[in-house]
Amino acid sequence: MTWYRWEVLAVATVTAAACALPGTLLVLRRNALIADAVSHSVLPGIVLAYLVVKDLASPLLVAGATVFGLLAVWLIEALQRSGRLRQDAATGLVFPAFFALGVLLVALQAGHVHLDTDAVLLGELAFSALDRLQVAGQDLGPRAFFVMAGVLALQVVLIATFFHEVQASSFDAEFAKTLGLHPQVVHLGLMTLTALTVVTAFDAVGSVLVVALMIAPGATARLWSRSFPRMLILAVALATGGSALGFALAWWSDSSLAGSMAVAVGGLFLLSWVLAPREGLLSRLVARRARRRHFALRTLCVHLLQHQDSPEADMECREDHLLQHVAWDSPFAREVVRSALTRGLVRRLDGRLLLTDAGRTLALDTLGQ
Amino acid sequence: MGWWMDPTVQVLAAGACLMGALAGTVGTLLLLRRQSLLGDAVSHAALPGIVLAFWWTGSRETPVLLAGAAAAGILGTLWTSWLLQTTRLSEDTALGLLLAVFFGLGIALLSRVQQTADARQAGLDRFLFGQAAGMRPGDLAWMAGGLLSVGALLGLFWKEWKQVLFDREYATTQGVPVRLLDLLLNGMAVGVVVLGIQSVGVVLMSAMLVAPAAGARQWTDRFGGMMVLAAMFGVLGSLAGTLVSAAVEHVPTGPASVIGVTCIAAASLLLAPRHGILPAWWRGRVGIRGPASPEALLQDFLALARAHGDRPAWHPREVFRLMAPGEARLEDALRTLENRGWVRRDSEGRLALTEEGLRQAAEEEEPS
Repeated sequence: MTWYRWEVLAVATVTAAACALPGTLLVLRRNALIADAVSHSVLPGIVLAYLVVKDLASPLLVAGATVFGLLAVWLIEALQRSGRLRQDAATGLVFPAFFALGVLLVALQAGHVHLDTDAVLLGELAFSALDRLQVAGQDLGPRAFFVMAGVLALQVVLIATFFHEVQASSFDAEFAKTLGLHPQVVHLGLMTLTALTVVTAFDAVGSVLVVALMIAPGATARLWSRSFPRMLILAVALATGGSALGFALAWWSDSSLAGSMAVAVGGLFLLSWVLAPREGLLSRLVARRARRRHFALRTLCVHLLQHQDSPEADMECREDHLLQHVAWDSPFAREVVRSALTRGLVRRLDGRLLLTDAGRTLALDTLGQ
Repeated sequence: MGWWMDPTVQVLAAGACLMGALAGTVGTLLLLRRQSLLGDAVSHAALPGIVLAFWWTGSRETPVLLAGAAAAGILGTLWTSWLLQTTRLSEDTALGLLLAVFFGLGIALLSRVQQTADARQAGLDRFLFGQAAGMRPGDLAWMAGGLLSVGALLGLFWKEWKQVLFDREYATTQGVPVRLLDLLLNGMAVGVVVLGIQSVGVVLMSAMLVAPAAGARQWTDRFGGMMVLAAMFGVLGSLAGTLVSAAVEHVPTGPASVIGVTCIAAASLLLAPRHGILPAWWRGRVGIRGPASPEALLQDFLALARAHGDRPAWHPREVFRLMAPGEARLEDALRTLENRGWVRRDSEGRLALTEEGLRQAAEEEEPS
């Protein structure tokens, strides 16, 4: 791997890590699609700022974009507050309009702007390391790396400083208010941070894939942990790992870097959805089977307790009759009996099942005696 | 010969009208179901379907590619609802995952596929921002078919849709097939998105679903009226966008149509008489309160009756205007009371409580 590729990988991972932190907060606040809204809404800001300064590297582009991102958030929330539209409709109305405006501006300026719509959607991660940061004639590395690292550092500092406020308002804004915290301030801060992150990541990964990098690691972390700090750390780790994985995938399959990164973080989410402890599909399935088995064992013991000292005990406690009586399908019933035998809840005697002491205790416990 | 005589432009215009009507109708359902962003997710999710359909079949025929889009869209919505059932993730997270990850997959596949000259010719990236110019008369038939199917599904379940949209819980207890209607709505959303991405593109398709319905919502509270209005707004907006795009160089159709429908929605939000921002501001300025309510009016009648020794007496209409200054549409409220048989009117237009009205008013009277 050439040095240049290492640099691109570094830009990719640090971009993903910077997206993951605000993304996790948005996922927790059930406001994940605001990332989508902001990432689309910044476009006219970028184009307008460019038309003014005529320089794609100018920090004014970031400022213009952030302003438009926040403007869109404000508009969405104002529409929602006015009661005229609900959140989904307000979001769906505002951001495509901003984005369409941006695309129109790009299209109308076609000959004059070095912006094209593909770059807007997809970013140009592969070329991101071409733009170098030079200080006093010394080449320090890709500019995008330092920009994203700066954004990441700012996020870490802000989240660490206001940890309790952020934590409380992420889970329960009303509760945070009663604690004397200011969820509104945290909200505004988070929206600004989201806009800033989206804008700076935009160059590298484009407007749609930045959404994948923001939402997927946070959603995945939420499946693995319920603790807020662990979720944040996990999300950053997943984003970093996922972007490296995506980088390898893109190299191997010779396809779009940003697209592969989105596929990789999405793949990690899918894996976790299946495998995560407690939340995962598999562990849910296992837990459901265990519950069913446990219930069946109790049913069996109670049935035996009711009948084993009665006159019809010979009938009722015979294994084959039992299988019909409780209306379980026979493989399941055989499995339950086997399981009861190995657990020492029942024993076999002349084709009849008898409760052991442990079985009797379980039956009595089930009946609440 | 004017440019509007050009058959190509006529096909475009007809397509825009059909598309607008479809999007407005289905968008109304989505808006009332609070699922306006479903279209956004579905349209992004369609991209890998388009690319894979091309990859497998090698065909660049629009119906083949759109079949792939539909398959991916349906798969995406099913996955989202499965995700919501099995995790604690919120709906917006699930939709965000769907749109971003599927779209990322689509982009990765597209970049891979486009390395062959064949694929570049197929022009798959026309689906990103749409290319109405590529529309053929045959596509119009598909859209017309789509519109007819949506119309049929609406007409067939009209009462059920109303029940589900306005009170889901109650509809469930009434035996309305709620889950079936949900599935139908998802299916319709996928259908509209698929028919529309060719001209509007996957990125902006969602706006066509949201904006006309959001605008129509401001003018009326009635389901049927809202749907008709949304369809009209959709037609107007996308027709305007398409024509501007056809007439002016460099203006892509999708964004132009989106700006078209958004302008209508913005105008509605500002101007609609009852819900609009400016009328509300104006009413606040001149001191007009909300519309008169029949219940409050009935209490005014009761107060007058009390003043006349608990006997209903005849009063001119102006009395009630004075008792409720600034309230709009007094006449509507009066007529409501008349229809309920609580108030009658004599030949000179004077009004009085009926016996039943007096009882009703006394019953509703708030204990002081």
